Amino acid sequence: MAIWIEEDAKVLVQGITGKQGMFHADKMVEYGTNIVGGCTPGKGGQTVELQGRNFPVWNSMTEAITTTDADATVIYVPPPFAAEAIMEAADAFDSVKGEGVIVCITEGIPTLDMVKAVAYVYNRPGIRLIGPNCPGIITPGENGGAKIGIMPGHIHAKGRIGIVSKSGTLTYEAVAQTMSIGEGQSTCIGIGGDPVNGTGFIECLAAFESDSQTEAIVMIGEIGGTAEEDAAAWAAENVTKPIVGFVAGATAPPGKRMGHAGAIISGGKGTAEEKFAAFEAAGIACAKDPSELGSVLLESLQKAGLR
Amino acid sequence: MNIHEYQGKELLRASGVPVLDGVHCKTVDDALAAYDKLNSKVVAVKSQIHAGGRGKGSLYSPTSRELVMEGGVKIAFSRDEVKTYAENILGNILVTIQTGEEGKLVRNLYIESGCDIVHEYYLALLVDRENKSVMIMASTEGGMDIEEVAHNTPELIHKISIDPNSGLMGFQNRDLGMALGLSGKALKSFMKMLAKMYAMFVSNDCTMVEINPLVKTGDDDIVALDSKVSFDENAEFRHKDWDDMRDLSEEEEVEIRAKESGLSYVKLDGNIGCLVNGAGLAMATMDVIKLYGGEPANFLDVGGGANEEQVKTAFSIILEDPNVKGILVNIFGGIMRCDIIARGVIAATEALSLDVPLVVRLAGTNVDEGKAILAESTLNIHPADDLAEGAQKIVELIGGGV
Repeated sequence: MAIWIEEDAKVLVQGITGKQGMFHADKMVEYGTNIVGGCTPGKGGQTVELQGRNFPVWNSMTEAITTTDADATVIYVPPPFAAEAIMEAADAFDSVKGEGVIVCITEGIPTLDMVKAVAYVYNRPGIRLIGPNCPGIITPGENGGAKIGIMPGHIHAKGRIGIVSKSGTLTYEAVAQTMSIGEGQSTCIGIGGDPVNGTGFIECLAAFESDSQTEAIVMIGEIGGTAEEDAAAWAAENVTKPIVGFVAGATAPPGKRMGHAGAIISGGKGTAEEKFAAFEAAGIACAKDPSELGSVLLESLQKAGLR
Repeated sequence: MNIHEYQGKELLRASGVPVLDGVHCKTVDDALAAYDKLNSKVVAVKSQIHAGGRGKGSLYSPTSRELVMEGGVKIAFSRDEVKTYAENILGNILVTIQTGEEGKLVRNLYIESGCDIVHEYYLALLVDRENKSVMIMASTEGGMDIEEVAHNTPELIHKISIDPNSGLMGFQNRDLGMALGLSGKALKSFMKMLAKMYAMFVSNDCTMVEINPLVKTGDDDIVALDSKVSFDENAEFRHKDWDDMRDLSEEEEVEIRAKESGLSYVKLDGNIGCLVNGAGLAMATMDVIKLYGGEPANFLDVGGGANEEQVKTAFSIILEDPNVKGILVNIFGGIMRCDIIARGVIAATEALSLDVPLVVRLAGTNVDEGKAILAESTLNIHPADDLAEGAQKIVELIGGGV
């Protein structure tokens, strides 16, 4: 089953005619993602060639979704226009079919733009936003699958481990760790490193818990905010599947932004120490080193009688 | 991005929020001229640095490190006192609870009129990550360390959350003012002030506006006596005026230079330099170095699409730090190919004639080609298969921990 994105999900690309959009759309098609076209206002009617095939471009998301019945969209629009692109997609999915998944890759969107966009999406209950400032979401399939984002597709394989993370390359590291013990992934989600984003840890944990394909979960957090603590407390009450966790930033100094806009310890809050403690209190098996995620996961699977 | 109190007050004043008359000064003569101009019996002489706790801080001589004066914010009752305080502050090092032991050199001063204070409040507008909205926080316990108030007497902190589509509503504003015990003229001036401050927060893309204290005067006016304003750097593209407000002397020069090259760099105190792609992995790399007994010298994220030139710049920035005794490169190739990184590493080590041990861990796209390129090189590069091995190797190569 996987979560939110099926292997054959129909996907649109917002900003498909831009350099980033076109490059990654091509990689997605190569992986086997069912791309059905793209949207760039003012370039409607043109086509874009990806992997030797032509894909249509529409002027508006309403037009694109009405024509293709797309399930999801991925946004590669520059920061000044990205929040607007999220809201356009939310409005179009909501009015055309009442549901849809929006994946926003863009890094550097103004925080107050995101406050507005997130509120806009929340007022449309059928719409899910993943990101921004994230690698995207991938549901590996038997042959290809649905890769919606910028992650390297070839490191994944279909399986039973659900992965959720704030970081990009650290997610890839977690994927490689599952592969090192012979496990594949149901769905991997990067929720992004910005202070204000769409889908959070708890929604991902809830979806993995009710997904029949997922049998264990890897959760990767980083310093800043209290999302990890909240998710751990929630998981203690609501998740029966084994969870393995890691938090990046134990050595980060307070008050300094560590690359991601949201990765900052402020007012003594949001430290890795607190997050690890919350994980452990919730019965989450922690790796202190991401190179150990595989062995900790293997142990958890064995304990649960899954290996 | 942070700005000084005097700049924050200029913004508040321009937005219609009541602040006292004040003058920004850079010299003792400026300060005396400001005193003459303000024509106020009492003035505040305030150190301007990007850190809190100034009032309770201490000033030290930058050469002898001897104590010059206690308190970075002083109340002066005469022209002579203004002169003494200005002399004791400008050009000296202010150490506060937020600056760390090294403190900050004070280059700017703010001379502000006095006022008749009846009560001090705390007020802050900030982005609430958990509720994904702007939050306004207020307390009757102004002038104190707000984290202590929140910890000991949380019931004295009042919060409202703003719906971005409707903005700050009248009833929310009134509720907050009444929770502070305000009524009559004071409540009216509070509500007028807060509506303007919220508008300023949004139109300037702030991440925080903190006023501690906000005061009620003898005339029941509400006045911002302090200001701490931070901007969201992601919104810089639509605020051309921020360049003029940026005080580069308050920021780390090397971090600014790194940013201009598309790199994200933060200097730390250890001796193992790190070069990593991705912010999360860069933090994890530092953590693992520490886990195996070493101390990271920096955080450095080269980003998702770094080229040979950026890798070279990254190396030269790491090597500027005289503490660096070894470097760990940790790359998980996604879109970025390991063979390109390997070539970049070789070109950089040759160009910079690197003489400290270098451990390179590559994984992901084209990893075999990347490893082969490194193996063929005659340079002293130690390969590692995973992060743990990489960290152990570099710690060993520099002869153990710090």
